[in-house]
Amino acid sequence: MKKTIVKEVNTNIYDFKNEDEYEYKIEKGLTKDTVLEISRQKDDPEWMRDIRLNALKVYNELSLPTWGPDLKELNMDEIATYVKPKSGKASTWEDVPDNIKDTFERLGIPEAEREALAGVGAQYDSEVVYHSMRMELMAQGVIYTDMETAVRDYPDIVKEYFMKAVPVNDHKFAALHTAVWSGGSFVYVPKGIQVEMPLQSYFRLNSPESGQFEHTLIIVDEGASLHFIEGCSAPKYSKINLHAGCVELYVKKGAYLRYSTIENWSKNMMNLNTKKAIVEEGGTMEWVSGSFGSHISMLYPMSILNGKGAKTEFTGISFAGATQNLDNGFKAVLNAPNTSAVVNSKSISKNGGKCTYRSLVKATPNATNSKASVSCESLMLDDISVSDTIPVNDIETPDIEFSHEAKIGKISDKTIFYLMSRGISEKDALALIVRGFAYPISKELPLEYAVEMNNLIGLELEGSIG
Amino acid sequence: MKLLEINNLRTKVGDKEILKGLNLNINKGEIHVIMGPNGAGKSTLANTILHNPEYEILEGSILLDGEDISKLNTDEIARKGIFMSFQSPEEIPGISVMNFIKYAKSKITGETPNYFEFREEVTNNMKELDFKESYISRNMNVGFSGGEKKKNEILQMLTLKPKLAILDETDSGLDVDAIRTVAKGIKMFANSENAVLIITHGTKILQGLDVDYVHVLIDGKIVQTGTSKLANMIEEKGYDIFRQ
Repeated sequence: MKKTIVKEVNTNIYDFKNEDEYEYKIEKGLTKDTVLEISRQKDDPEWMRDIRLNALKVYNELSLPTWGPDLKELNMDEIATYVKPKSGKASTWEDVPDNIKDTFERLGIPEAEREALAGVGAQYDSEVVYHSMRMELMAQGVIYTDMETAVRDYPDIVKEYFMKAVPVNDHKFAALHTAVWSGGSFVYVPKGIQVEMPLQSYFRLNSPESGQFEHTLIIVDEGASLHFIEGCSAPKYSKINLHAGCVELYVKKGAYLRYSTIENWSKNMMNLNTKKAIVEEGGTMEWVSGSFGSHISMLYPMSILNGKGAKTEFTGISFAGATQNLDNGFKAVLNAPNTSAVVNSKSISKNGGKCTYRSLVKATPNATNSKASVSCESLMLDDISVSDTIPVNDIETPDIEFSHEAKIGKISDKTIFYLMSRGISEKDALALIVRGFAYPISKELPLEYAVEMNNLIGLELEGSIG
Repeated sequence: MKLLEINNLRTKVGDKEILKGLNLNINKGEIHVIMGPNGAGKSTLANTILHNPEYEILEGSILLDGEDISKLNTDEIARKGIFMSFQSPEEIPGISVMNFIKYAKSKITGETPNYFEFREEVTNNMKELDFKESYISRNMNVGFSGGEKKKNEILQMLTLKPKLAILDETDSGLDVDAIRTVAKGIKMFANSENAVLIITHGTKILQGLDVDYVHVLIDGKIVQTGTSKLANMIEEKGYDIFRQ
């Protein structure tokens, strides 16, 4: 049977550039002076400046990971770690400069805000340019703001939680992040408050040869609930860009947090991101993750289940095309009785793309009467693409139900023939199979993101949603 | 008028020649049956008509409504009006029976059917086939029993309304009740404007059907053509009497 071409993931819709205009762009490279300058630009309190300087030391002491994708293309001397856009922080879109506002219009952010979101944050290069939340949430005591404002207005909370779920020395890029972090979101949901509509932060990196290092800190207090959505994209440049964000999530007793991400970085991006959640008694942490962009991605969200009966679920998909090496996965630490972790991961690779699912399930002796199940499935659309599964399971208690299932598959000619015998072209047949494969994940995404994901896969299945 | 016309068809699979000069004419309004021993080329015939790329045509022509379709792709042939019910229907995760049939229908007719009318048509057909309505929202053939998969094939035939339906051993592996349901589906489908080609080992599926011709296929050729009586004779005596 002749070979079929599936559309390359169409990231072109995100590939529009604005002029590289900025208020201030720091010199490329990473020295004590750059870190001090960022700190000065941001008007850090002394304690935050000290955290940055200490992190720089840690960064210089740590070496690159010895496993996973080769990071030799990343040269920190060629990366500007701070780019301040020509914009202040606005709370209405009218106050955002036109070219930046247009960017977010094209990404559909204000529209989604009007229709389905309780609040929105928008970051352009290194700074948040827009932040807004519905009045009723403000009245309930919900805080949703940019990280710099949180440092200034809620220093005690930030001191207690910043770089605590993710220690500075977790790995080299966590240290880098801590030294040069800028922008990101801070959310606090008070006890018992149910935030019905999602909050969404969108991160856009426009500037070439630069990095984005936003910090997201979310605390969902006892019995409260929240759905937080994060989106990110960038236009494509010929030289490497770097994203080393950090997400720290704290799910308190009986609280619920769902964290959905669609990542569409351009194919010159190194996405070296760190995400961790600490879940207390009876809390629930759900991750939904779509990874489509980036040249290289190393992303392993982690849930640490510290309280009795804490639960976590991870639902994720990666799609790697030509020149992409997506090394993604999930880590769960079960550290209390009656905890549970459910992992459902899928990957698709084509045109020589590489997808690796790398996971950790660790159950400490505390994790009696607990459950963990991991299922990962990969689909390779041709013979030159690569898919791999590297699970690490570290189970220290006999009193646990644990299962791990991995499937790697290709599309059979018989299936294609069957679909074609129903009048469906070869290209549509392949798209139908791929979309069907991804469906259990896409149905978990917020509607507009599910639609976006289908666009991304280039599927043209009319009327087949729902 | 001739709906399907096959002239001197020779095909091979791998290095092996299977059909060795097969001729067959099917007119609108007719039900044809092809019977033959294992390996005679029955399924090869069905797959060749649908241009399964695993089967290579060495010689001959296949005309539908007078147009040579032997070089068209499978999906084009399907859109011209030929349907095949598979021996082992494929499982397609992530798309429901309803959405799949609706999608296929839109590809064949070139327009998206009205959802509510179409859904009603599908559920009515399901009732007739004694096919649980809840299956309409299940993933296409995933976890279906053999009988349910075959009912799903007949459901598609009824809903997609081809000019020519080829049933490739749809009755194999089915119990008596399921075979009766399949036969009922064929009866519902057949009319003066379309035609049916039933490929089978047995005669149970033919009961109650108004069969026009029975062909005996042996070693890649049709060696005898007759009425439904021929099928009964085969059931009684086997194929040895046709072998020379």
